[in-house]
Amino acid sequence: MTEQLNAVDPPAIRVHDVTREFRRGRTSLTRPVPVVHALRGVSLEVARGQRFGIVGESGCGKSTLLRIIAGLDRPTTGSVQVEGVEISHLPERRLGFLRAQLQLVFQDPMSSLDPRMRVRDIIAEPLVAQGHRDNRTRVHELLEAVGMQPDAAERYPHQFSGGQRQRISIARALAPDPRILVADEPVSALDVSVRAQVLNLLAELVERLSLTLVFVSHDLSVVRYVCDTVAVMSRGEIVETGPIARVYDTPEHPYTRQLIAAAPRLRAALAGRTAAVLAAETLAAQGGSRPTSTAAPAVPLPPSSPKDTR
Amino acid sequence: MTADVVRVRDLVVTVGAKPLLVDVDVTVHRGERVGLIGESGSGKSLTALAIMGLLPEDLIPAGSVVVTGHSGGGVQRVTSVLEAGEPALAAMRGRDVAMVFQEPMTALNPTMRVGAQVAEIMTIHRTVPDRGAAARRAVELLDRVGLPDPADAARAYPHQLSGGQRQRVVVAMALANDPALLICDEPTTALDVTVQALVLDLVVRGVEARDAGLLFITHDLAVVASVCERVLVMYGGRVVEAGEVQEVFTRPRHRYTRGLIGASDLDLTRPDGKLYTIQGSVPSSGRFPAGCVFRNRCTHATTECESLPPWQGSGPEQGFACWHPVMAS
Repeated sequence: MTEQLNAVDPPAIRVHDVTREFRRGRTSLTRPVPVVHALRGVSLEVARGQRFGIVGESGCGKSTLLRIIAGLDRPTTGSVQVEGVEISHLPERRLGFLRAQLQLVFQDPMSSLDPRMRVRDIIAEPLVAQGHRDNRTRVHELLEAVGMQPDAAERYPHQFSGGQRQRISIARALAPDPRILVADEPVSALDVSVRAQVLNLLAELVERLSLTLVFVSHDLSVVRYVCDTVAVMSRGEIVETGPIARVYDTPEHPYTRQLIAAAPRLRAALAGRTAAVLAAETLAAQGGSRPTSTAAPAVPLPPSSPKDTR
Repeated sequence: MTADVVRVRDLVVTVGAKPLLVDVDVTVHRGERVGLIGESGSGKSLTALAIMGLLPEDLIPAGSVVVTGHSGGGVQRVTSVLEAGEPALAAMRGRDVAMVFQEPMTALNPTMRVGAQVAEIMTIHRTVPDRGAAARRAVELLDRVGLPDPADAARAYPHQLSGGQRQRVVVAMALANDPALLICDEPTTALDVTVQALVLDLVVRGVEARDAGLLFITHDLAVVASVCERVLVMYGGRVVEAGEVQEVFTRPRHRYTRGLIGASDLDLTRPDGKLYTIQGSVPSSGRFPAGCVFRNRCTHATTECESLPPWQGSGPEQGFACWHPVMAS
């Protein structure tokens, strides 16, 4: 029955049993070429309008998965459907629909914007690529949507700070009016005071434009603010999926528990969760098999401190 | 005798006519862990480099930086960093003061085995009788920082180790000569969160075991609160607030500190469900406003803020510089 339902209204993204292997350089004439298994049978489904987080540490395969979903890389085996269309075997020239439906925001706002293009050309580029001509008003509309002045259009990326550049990246991603926004660590390179601004902007835009969001981060607390559902990845596999509140409060997989135990949190630290406690909890969670008691904060939180930071 | 391991007073660093650091006062006592927090461009790393005597040549420092090392053979080694010549600085670095940098791959020599790198720092400063003793002590140190199979690890090259293992090697090097002061500049920013927890613990235990001072630089408030007892908040090349970690983070007085705490707490949202923010972004160096450096981003700024707010507090270790401080509740 679910299959019938899906036939009528397919999920935004469906990834089924995807593997991706990278062949390393040959190190010996006699031994076989070493192979890195970046993804080992990953399956997930992102419903329309869902805000889906993918969390994991460096090297767990989260960026590889993202590149495959965005059609920038191909799986070794398995299938990837975006809006019901199988994309894993389509040639580049037939991925035009995907570029209109799904757009990306990258981690580093320094390297993801062409330094020789004016902001208006950067933002209009996805439109030009899809054959739209006069984009002036659309560019101004997009700049306004991401909270920037219209005169920013005439300037170059180096004239902006990291946070503003990330706003430009978001404006560019929104230009073709996509239904799915994919963000790869969009706030990791930003200062703390600017990170909150960009997270607010992302949350607001996703809400207002009813976008489907796929948000990759190494930081579970960032994902908790932005997303409603999360998948935790480790060593090329998804080890736990579920609603963010459930995963955060009662993690089931030992790896998730370890991830939560290891993250320093300001209020817990002030209540006496020192580096030694942090390390002990991380090691305890690593031990596995322990019930959820290690995952919950070991010390009671003091009353929240700042109230009117405006 | 003073128990300060480092005493920085009125440090000003300029490039051309552009001031990068202004009136920075930092003191770290023996056995004390002090955090230095702020966003990029606030001058934290520059302060650390000034203490190490590693400022680039075109930056001109003024003021005083005094490092007091361990007393070896009844003589306390005191170095006035800004006046000292290169030989005196070379004798100080790695012995009286050691530093752990953010990126362990660039801090290690890729062509040397890590055991030899740890041993080298001891033979250079002659803190061990001979090479054999240095090599044995290097393995012992690698064991102490939790590298599995330290004898094997000592023979490895940096590229054969993971990021966390490399950072452990750097910590072992930094602690090799039992420095009086350890400076860590974002030591865990490049590491995964589970590895970070272990490396932080390692740094704290290493410093405690040696009764050394720690100056810990980071932009992550939660990390500072887990590691340090005292904290200095920097913005725009100035120290804007200082005090005990508990005090500063639960009852901040400077508007910037308050904003920073609000913006980094993702568990706390405004009534409309959004995160607390600080408006605008950090200006580039030399573009900070005159008077209060934070006034162009502060919601409480008035014309009074165009003149420099005086430091209010019991001394450089506790106080703040703000015309409109958050009221103490």
